[in-house]
Amino acid sequence: MQTRREIYQSIKQIPREEYLAAGTGLCGGCGGLLALRLFYKALGPRTIFVNAAGCMTLLAVFPFSPFRSSWLYTAMASAPAGAQGIRDALDILIANGKLPKNDDLKVVVVTGDGAAHGIGLQATLAAIYRGLDFYYFCYDNEAFGNTGFQMSPASPLGSRTTTTPTTPATPAGTRTHKQDLFELWRAQHPAFIATVSPAYPLDLLDKVGRADRLTGPKLFISLASCPPGWGVEPADSVEVAKLAVDTGVWPLKEFHDGHVIHTVVPHRFHPVEDYLTRQARYRHLFEPARQEDVLQQLQSDVDHYWERARSEPA
Amino acid sequence: MNRQLLTGNAAAAWGARLAEVEYIPAYPITPQTEIIESLAQWVARGELAARLVTMDSEHSMLTAAGAAAATGARVFTASSSQGLLYGFEMLYTLAGWRVPLVLVNVSRALSAPITLEPDHNDVLAARDAGFLQLHAESCQEVLDSVLMAYRLAEHPDVLLPALVNLDGFYLSFTREPVALPPLDAVRAFLPAYHPDHARFSASHAMAQGVAVLGGSAYTFFKYQMQRAAEAALPVHDTIAAEFEHHFGRRYGSVEGYQLDDAEFVIVMSNSFSTVGRAAVSRLRRQGEKIGLLRLRLLRPFPHGDIARLLAGRRAVAVIDQNISVGKGGILFAEVASALRARTAPPLISFISGLGGRRFRPEEFDQIAAALHQAEQDGGSPEPQLLFTAAEYESVRKMLQIAHPDTVETG
Repeated sequence: MQTRREIYQSIKQIPREEYLAAGTGLCGGCGGLLALRLFYKALGPRTIFVNAAGCMTLLAVFPFSPFRSSWLYTAMASAPAGAQGIRDALDILIANGKLPKNDDLKVVVVTGDGAAHGIGLQATLAAIYRGLDFYYFCYDNEAFGNTGFQMSPASPLGSRTTTTPTTPATPAGTRTHKQDLFELWRAQHPAFIATVSPAYPLDLLDKVGRADRLTGPKLFISLASCPPGWGVEPADSVEVAKLAVDTGVWPLKEFHDGHVIHTVVPHRFHPVEDYLTRQARYRHLFEPARQEDVLQQLQSDVDHYWERARSEPA
Repeated sequence: MNRQLLTGNAAAAWGARLAEVEYIPAYPITPQTEIIESLAQWVARGELAARLVTMDSEHSMLTAAGAAAATGARVFTASSSQGLLYGFEMLYTLAGWRVPLVLVNVSRALSAPITLEPDHNDVLAARDAGFLQLHAESCQEVLDSVLMAYRLAEHPDVLLPALVNLDGFYLSFTREPVALPPLDAVRAFLPAYHPDHARFSASHAMAQGVAVLGGSAYTFFKYQMQRAAEAALPVHDTIAAEFEHHFGRRYGSVEGYQLDDAEFVIVMSNSFSTVGRAAVSRLRRQGEKIGLLRLRLLRPFPHGDIARLLAGRRAVAVIDQNISVGKGGILFAEVASALRARTAPPLISFISGLGGRRFRPEEFDQIAAALHQAEQDGGSPEPQLLFTAAEYESVRKMLQIAHPDTVETG
């Protein structure tokens, strides 16, 4: 099932213009980069990206930038505050007649899940609280990817990271549940929140396009399939990202106007195992012996999520 | 000229108001809070056409300040003590962005134990970040220094952020008569800010704060900042003369009191220098040939002025209102570096290895030659920045890619 898209009905409507040049230093098959490229297409080139320390920091390495438009690297904790300063300064300069209105920019924070869930959460919640008119793009590869895949609050139960290794004492790897960033943000009623996936480009573009009509905080979390961290082939990255949606592990949804709507609901949910078995970070759940308790927990978490989602009024 | 009884904090706020700042990210902390309260009142009443935004931390406050300045607005902000250290990472970042904003620090000693009253460990912790630093003795000087700091920071040869320091309580909450210069005179001294180097807009794409790979590029950018800070010394003298022309008050990089015939000198900074002046006057009456040297410009450090004014004295005492635990006074070491020690071996200074930059063997040959030279002439405290011609050429090629229109070819 799919909610009716308003702007992007067909793959042919995706802008052909490339604002984010190829040949960057990022890993092959980076789902986050693909999602960012699509995101940028929907916003257009009158955009400034305000980056928090993470994988995407390596996009702009002196003297090159792959972006058609502007870029500011801030620090790990405070990219939303950087967005505040830029948005305010643009408004001030336009009001003072120092900058023509048509020189205005859309301000986009780019951050990984490590920063978004922890060190950068305070600055993010503060920007939402202030009603800052900005976009927030979180590429969620479910760990601190740029430093070599250490556990973050976004790491799922049962996944292996370099700081939650699988040992006889810790057979499951990560023992905590993924922190629900969508709900943390939703408590403050920003203008728009959505989860997106590089495997569902029309859903992604339509959400960005519709959010573009709104003023205020417009926040996106994209699942970012991560070939080196997840242990998948770069060529399979999009397919694994698609399985995350088709198994129900990564619900595609949006919050707007007080309601949460699921925008893509699989007709028939694949078993969660179909997603897990494609990734080396979950291999210990199957070899040398199946960890039934963890596997059942993961499937029942997904089942409970969707039961709740169906029972709540849209 | 309008003269009012103002606290040091109110004088700082007046400095920002008269500079017609456009943007003020704010976060409260004792003893700074009165500054942002005053500005918030004026903004709310429409007496100051600026936008004031209350942030979630000093780290965010400094980030917003720097980003707004990088977009092209004239920005003011203020902090103190724990707050300055909470935002510490961004001090280096803002300096690297080369954004000429002004930050007022109201000095307060650092926890633990927690306290409210001043010393200079907070502001001196920030001395290596790339901010220019002006330290004020009086409320009048606070206001004047804010105005001078914008001129200095925005000067095309400088383009570094500036910090104006005043002591908590003893200056922040002490009322003194302060001459408020008329706005048109301030505008003549400090024109509106129109940045050429840093501005984001749809028609002007710019990448700021990008990563560099390798020590040579990192070193190149840090040396640019060092050169800019060094350039701020003569620029400050020029601006001080202009300031005197407009407002009748003259500020040097340092200030002497009863110095001309002094055989002994006490070196101090900030508001307690007033206490030092009184002590010098008293000791003079008792027959001591003593004087006082107040350090005002701490970054860039005026090695030359300090060496010149302390040369030939019988002895010099440096009073530090800070303690580098395990070492001692921070300003003592800085003043000592400015003096050419004739009795001890000559001491010379080199910078190398920034950002992982490799040391080249020929650098040690150059250092060996410089040591022989120093033995002859006593050496100099100004650092020599080590960089090879080949490295410079490699960076120049990258600059040409980044700025094809401004970097010359060939």
